[in-house]
Amino acid sequence: MDQVINQLLGMESLLSQRLGSAGVTTSALPSENAATVPVIRVSIEGQEELPVFVTASPTQVLCICYLWTEAEVKPERHVEMLEAMMDLNISIPLSNFGRIGEHYVIYGALAADSRMEDIVTEIVVLADNAVEALEVFTQYLT
Amino acid sequence: MAVFSKILTMLRGNVRELGDSIVDGNANTIYEQEIVEAKAHVAKAKIDLTAVMAKEIQAAREIERLNSEIARFENLAMEALQKNAENLAEEVAAKVAETENLLAEQQKSHAEYAGHVQRLKDLIRTAETALREHERQLAMAKTTESVYRATNTISQSMGSSGSKLLSAKESMERIKQRHQDMADRLQAGQVLEGEFSSRALEQKLAAAGIGDGANRSAKVMARLKDRIKQPAQITATASLADDSSK
Repeated sequence: MDQVINQLLGMESLLSQRLGSAGVTTSALPSENAATVPVIRVSIEGQEELPVFVTASPTQVLCICYLWTEAEVKPERHVEMLEAMMDLNISIPLSNFGRIGEHYVIYGALAADSRMEDIVTEIVVLADNAVEALEVFTQYLT
Repeated sequence: MAVFSKILTMLRGNVRELGDSIVDGNANTIYEQEIVEAKAHVAKAKIDLTAVMAKEIQAAREIERLNSEIARFENLAMEALQKNAENLAEEVAAKVAETENLLAEQQKSHAEYAGHVQRLKDLIRTAETALREHERQLAMAKTTESVYRATNTISQSMGSSGSKLLSAKESMERIKQRHQDMADRLQAGQVLEGEFSSRALEQKLAAAGIGDGANRSAKVMARLKDRIKQPAQITATASLADDSSK
């Protein structure tokens, strides 16, 4: 647990350096049992509504930002929205669109042995991408 | 079947509910077991390969030795013939024939070893490909599962902290509002700064003696001095008048 806290502190100070004046808070989500996966929540001042969640599997580190749910999509513009996501995917720096169950997400994946600096870059870019995605895609949402 | 299709099938199926283990624990164990076995196969095949390659080299070396042996005996047989030692020549010829038999045998086993080496190399390549494939499948299965579990954890923590997930539009509105606030503050700051700087400019102008505000105190002094001088002038003219009246 101490190690996790130290990592969080390291991440937070690196994020602060990168973001300049915007404040940032990181916290580990409480895990209730052994089956849950460790998740870190990163909240950037000015865009607290779009926190970035960082989690890791044996092969990769994933930074995920939850955008909207299936229920929020205008049914008549569903296909159009999906196509826009596909078309944009390759142009968006470092991030991709995805879907986890009912949630549309924007995420970035890194190798499991990535440096903290790389993860921080990913998070900062992802947060910006998320705000822009929300701005552009609200036209498809109810 | 490619693991892409397997995962899609599972996601399309009834396991859409978050948090459900989307990959059968057994399947993971089987994959892991297969990976361990494939790795063992590869390791064993590599050991076999080195052994067979060593034998191949040995056979090649033996072929070379037998060839030179044959050449040497042939030369000896020719020498014997030249010296009309027919019997001796025949004996050497028999030796050549015997060595040629040995050579044929060595060539046969060399070809066998070479074939074996090729087969082992193919085997290793196939096993390594399979190994990579298994590892990729396992990684994908585990990633999918951990992503769904993480989403579950996130949803739960949202629920318990009371900070329910906002709709995208609400989030956007809030973020936009905040950006607008910031822009307004910035603009207000600029207006204020502008006022300060225009005042500063006036002060500078005044210091340089330009404009209405310039040398105000000097003007006041001049005015006051004028006022003092004027009654003096009046008295002066009055006294002059007095003088003239005399």
